[in-house]
Amino acid sequence: MSIRIFVPRDSVALALGADDVVLAIRTEAARRKLDITLVRNGSRGMLWLEPLVEVQTEKGRVAYGPVSPEDVAALFDANFHHGGQHALCLGLTEELSYLKKQERLTFARVGITDPLSLDDYLAHDGFRGLRNALAVQDAAIVQQVTDSGLRGRGGAAFPTGIKWKTVLNTSASQKYIVCNADEGDSGTFSDRMLMEGDPFALIEGMTIAALAVGATRGYIYVRSEYPHSITVLNEAITVARKAGYLGSDILSSGKPFELEVRKGAGSYVCGEETAMLESLEGKRGIVRAKPPLPAIAGLFGQPSVINNVISLASVPIILAKGASFYKDYGMGRSRGTLPFQLAGNIKQGGLIEKAFGVTLRELMYDFGGGSASGRPIKAVQVGGPLGAYLPESQWDTPLDYEAYASLWAVLGHGGIVVHDDSADMARLAHYAMKFCAIESCGKCTPCRIGATRGVEVMDKIIAGQDGPAQVELLRDLCDTMLNGSMCAMGGMTPYPVLSALNHFPRDFVK
Amino acid sequence: MSLDYDHQQVDFIIAAQQNRPGALLPILHDIQDAFGYIPPDSVAQIASALNLSRAEVHGVITFYHHFRTTPPGRHTIQICCAEACQSMGAERLVEHAEKKLAGRKKGDCELQPVYCLGLCATSPAVMIDEKLHARVTPEKFDALLKNLGDKS
Repeated sequence: MSIRIFVPRDSVALALGADDVVLAIRTEAARRKLDITLVRNGSRGMLWLEPLVEVQTEKGRVAYGPVSPEDVAALFDANFHHGGQHALCLGLTEELSYLKKQERLTFARVGITDPLSLDDYLAHDGFRGLRNALAVQDAAIVQQVTDSGLRGRGGAAFPTGIKWKTVLNTSASQKYIVCNADEGDSGTFSDRMLMEGDPFALIEGMTIAALAVGATRGYIYVRSEYPHSITVLNEAITVARKAGYLGSDILSSGKPFELEVRKGAGSYVCGEETAMLESLEGKRGIVRAKPPLPAIAGLFGQPSVINNVISLASVPIILAKGASFYKDYGMGRSRGTLPFQLAGNIKQGGLIEKAFGVTLRELMYDFGGGSASGRPIKAVQVGGPLGAYLPESQWDTPLDYEAYASLWAVLGHGGIVVHDDSADMARLAHYAMKFCAIESCGKCTPCRIGATRGVEVMDKIIAGQDGPAQVELLRDLCDTMLNGSMCAMGGMTPYPVLSALNHFPRDFVK
Repeated sequence: MSLDYDHQQVDFIIAAQQNRPGALLPILHDIQDAFGYIPPDSVAQIASALNLSRAEVHGVITFYHHFRTTPPGRHTIQICCAEACQSMGAERLVEHAEKKLAGRKKGDCELQPVYCLGLCATSPAVMIDEKLHARVTPEKFDALLKNLGDKS
């Protein structure tokens, strides 16, 4: 029987030489006249171990990593293709504590299946949610999503079911499902990993959304920095269409849904939903005023569901296993799971899907194993470049939307960036303002002018010119940006700036 | 009037895309993929095909960081400068890269900042001509540069 060997095709694995490892394995297997089947799976999310090579054995999949092309001959010598012992052997993948301690719902298949194999997807519960959705009325689908407690995973945490209900109840000849895959936040990569590792889950989620609200067209807006995601999605859409899961007649239901990938062009603000709509319409990514809500007048002026990749990819399991199954995970008003992304200066960075309620300390130490540099951790930015910096006193607060709001922080898209004690918080605050100045769409004054003035004020603080007065000016400026900006770009840039200032004031005295 | 780009090829790209809703971005992507940049003289051609003003097309091109109106260097090196990569020494890597590249022939390598390549758990991240590299130390950077061929 052919030996099944798994080498991920995820961007991280590729960036660490996975293709060279594949070449080495093929060459070595041919030299030894071994019959092997190479599967290019998604990543398991233990990113410090990439490229993580797995071998199918009778006992289950055995993991080896991180593997470099130079290791391959020795691995074959050690009989790794039958699960043999080697210094790089990590044991059975499923038994690795990093994975075992997780609650993988949205990422249930990622790393396990071949992302482009429809058979694999079907064998792992794929399209069960869609079949269930086809068996009920549109309003019943919306009700299930509402009952599950799912809230927008892009960062805003708006209840997904409520949004869908608005679109369902707005009559129009054309409605759209728009997937926001413009994952621009530093420290986040769950959208990317899902698109590269289980694209059919996103396709299924969007199709269910279309059935729920009566939409017939969908767009996935993917940032241009994610070329591999775009390739995988396009191939998956072709496969799904051929098999009747997309197109003019989904699974002979008589209902059409067409799906298309659109590529962004390197603009962070296009992750804001209305700027994204402008971009999809072929314009500058300038934020729109709300109202009207996109659910009523969105893409091309039509009612549109706009959801993040993870929100949409969580829908299939809700429809497959029921709202209460999903809702049983989590705490308070934060139901279900969030795929946290542990990044930055961390020893064992990766994707950790857990129910809401886990703490930063657990993620950083129990999973992450502390800083990569070995130095003490100083500050943690949660929720992307617009998220607050958290000092150690806040690391035991459960990761929950409301608990974080009470800390004047945000969960956002679940990105966690760790900084060790060499970080200068004034420089990071300076960077937050600079990033806002670079990426501001320019529509509103507090953001467009405020960020530039913010950079100048931070320049003076760092240069030690007139410190106390400049700090007062900075607070005043942040107040204007917070309360006067049209969207989160200018409105949340004060989060990293003020949290750095409040929790690490000594870094601002030069 | 003579043009410094293939007018016909642009026509062909426009024709393939112009009936899609929101066609401008896909057209600009295809032109940049074909030429490496968007020739400034093609703006009028695109505008006329899409019934837009030249100012509107120019406005879109200049809004997005990805689009460029000058030919790129022989190699494009993008170093991620966002927070996760900063926490692992991206600023030092940029300084190192600037020094290294200063000695090379003008127009050979173009260094650009980029804000997040989604490799945040294996920082610092670099993209060289569409190929991703993770955990790039100054030594690894030098090795990658060497692989591009010595054109200094």
